Amino acid sequence: MILLTLRRLLSAIPVLFIVSLISFGLMRLIPGDPAAAIAGIAATPAQIEQLRRDLGLDEPLLTQLLHYYQGLLQGDFGKSLLLGKGVLAATMERLPVTIGLSLYALVLTLLIGVASGIIAALRQNTWVDQLAMMIAMLGISIPGFFLGLLMIIFFAVQLGWLPSGGYVPFAQDPIGWLRSTTMPAISLALLQAGLLARITRSGMLEVLRQDYVRTARAKGLPERQVILKHALANALIPIVTVVGIIISLLLSGAVVTEALFSLPGMGQLLTQAVLSRDYPMVQGGLLLVTTFLVVVNILVDILYALIDPRVRYE
Amino acid sequence: MSDAAAVIDAEGIAQKREHPARATIKRLLRHRLFMTGLVLFLIIAITAILAPWITDTDPNHLSMRNKFKQPGEGWIFGTDSFGRSLWSRVVWGAQLSMLIGASVVALNAVFGILIGAAAGYFRRIDNLLMRINDALMAFPAILLAIAVTSVLGPSTFNVILALGIVYIPRTARIVRSSVIVLREMEFVQAAVAAGAGHWRILTRHILPNAMAPVIVQLSFLFAFAVLSEATLSFLGVGAVPPTPTWGNIMAEGRDFMREAPWIITIPGVALMITVMGLNFLGDGLRDVLDPRLRIQQ
Repeated sequence: MILLTLRRLLSAIPVLFIVSLISFGLMRLIPGDPAAAIAGIAATPAQIEQLRRDLGLDEPLLTQLLHYYQGLLQGDFGKSLLLGKGVLAATMERLPVTIGLSLYALVLTLLIGVASGIIAALRQNTWVDQLAMMIAMLGISIPGFFLGLLMIIFFAVQLGWLPSGGYVPFAQDPIGWLRSTTMPAISLALLQAGLLARITRSGMLEVLRQDYVRTARAKGLPERQVILKHALANALIPIVTVVGIIISLLLSGAVVTEALFSLPGMGQLLTQAVLSRDYPMVQGGLLLVTTFLVVVNILVDILYALIDPRVRYE
Repeated sequence: MSDAAAVIDAEGIAQKREHPARATIKRLLRHRLFMTGLVLFLIIAITAILAPWITDTDPNHLSMRNKFKQPGEGWIFGTDSFGRSLWSRVVWGAQLSMLIGASVVALNAVFGILIGAAAGYFRRIDNLLMRINDALMAFPAILLAIAVTSVLGPSTFNVILALGIVYIPRTARIVRSSVIVLREMEFVQAAVAAGAGHWRILTRHILPNAMAPVIVQLSFLFAFAVLSEATLSFLGVGAVPPTPTWGNIMAEGRDFMREAPWIITIPGVALMITVMGLNFLGDGLRDVLDPRLRIQQ
């Protein structure tokens, strides 16, 4: 177990190294003069020169790279031009919003996805199954931001039940938090819920055909216990593997959802950084989010090994 | 094998065997989900191709007198806040979506197969290529696309490039895993024994057998590309306005949700039809071409 954890951690090193190189290279890819591009059209040559020196763009590439890694090792992910503070600090400020939203969406995804997958499998080839799979397909095909817009038009603009945007911190007012994050969470969860419903259904069908399920039924266990204890426990194993992918999709989707519902999270921070050409923020933020994802995926792998002994002895 | 090759069965009676490609097409044509997807996709694709002939107003023609006209009489899809014909804008937007989707798919078909085949076949470069691949796949897809387009500057070409960078690693990975399995097969070893060169082995023996999952992937990829393009232009980092794209039409509609919700719903539904059609198409292709991947019936 410890060996597996170590191996998984070691394998992340080259990935994170290349991820950081790509993030570094990105800002240098700006066609023409990066400093001039960042400074904007209105900047004077002196201002551009100043910015070039501030960002260290006047130094040789190798020196820049060295400074970059020196900074990273000390937890310095660069400084946002727009906000005037460190990328790490700015990210940490916004992260709770994104994590809260993503967790909410993850819970919805798991509830809707797993439940409808199980029901569809138990009622295989009936109208219930077909309806559930139709809805799953619809969920996969509706773009999240379109669903979000439809919900805003319907529930916020027409009915006035929920706010069309804005954010209330959970600690301040849990009901307000729910009101401000429910529509974003639903629009974020639908795609993943659809995918998960299909995976759960096929996993469940596979398990229901196994001998141990037949044995459980043969020895007279109530159907409820057969499904919940014998079948579901095993059908859930493959679902754990996709949780990592789901979290990645949620964080990716949060970028758009936050912009749409004006939630002050990571996604909004990065979109604003992109639109205002705050490249140090884009570079550092991208690296931070990706590192976070890599860590989440390692945790998921370890969790997987914990619940499925077969993986441990491979 | 020739078309409809004659095969002698156990009793020595000549039988006609159908060409495998034709059999596959027949099965596809009978597949209800695939056909539904094909029809949905073709509706959008043909509309996109016919754009110059089926629209009579310039998508950027302003007419403040006609702003916020409801869909219906005179204006099929109504007009937007500048009195521009939404029909023209959505149809031309379809053309851009199809262009970007097809270009991203083409880029992936070329570079995804090239990189995946190289990594799977030549072990020496496998490790390096796959580490770069893993790193590119570690980035959240949309974020990487946004970052790349913002660095290169918003334009149709750069959106295609960014989506290529985001999705090629995913295609390459699928190609590689097929190639690794096929490389160890006996018929490949037979080809090696017969003195075939690397190029011949790859192009004649391995790749044709590795195509099924790639074709399935490319059809889903088309959907992802169209969706991502809409997302990018919705966020304001896609093709530059006033070029109409489904995403930027919807973004402009946000300010007028009360008086003109159709500005959002019409391009949204068009986007949904496209994505759904391509998803159906991909599911159908997967059922028919690659039964191992099929979601259990």
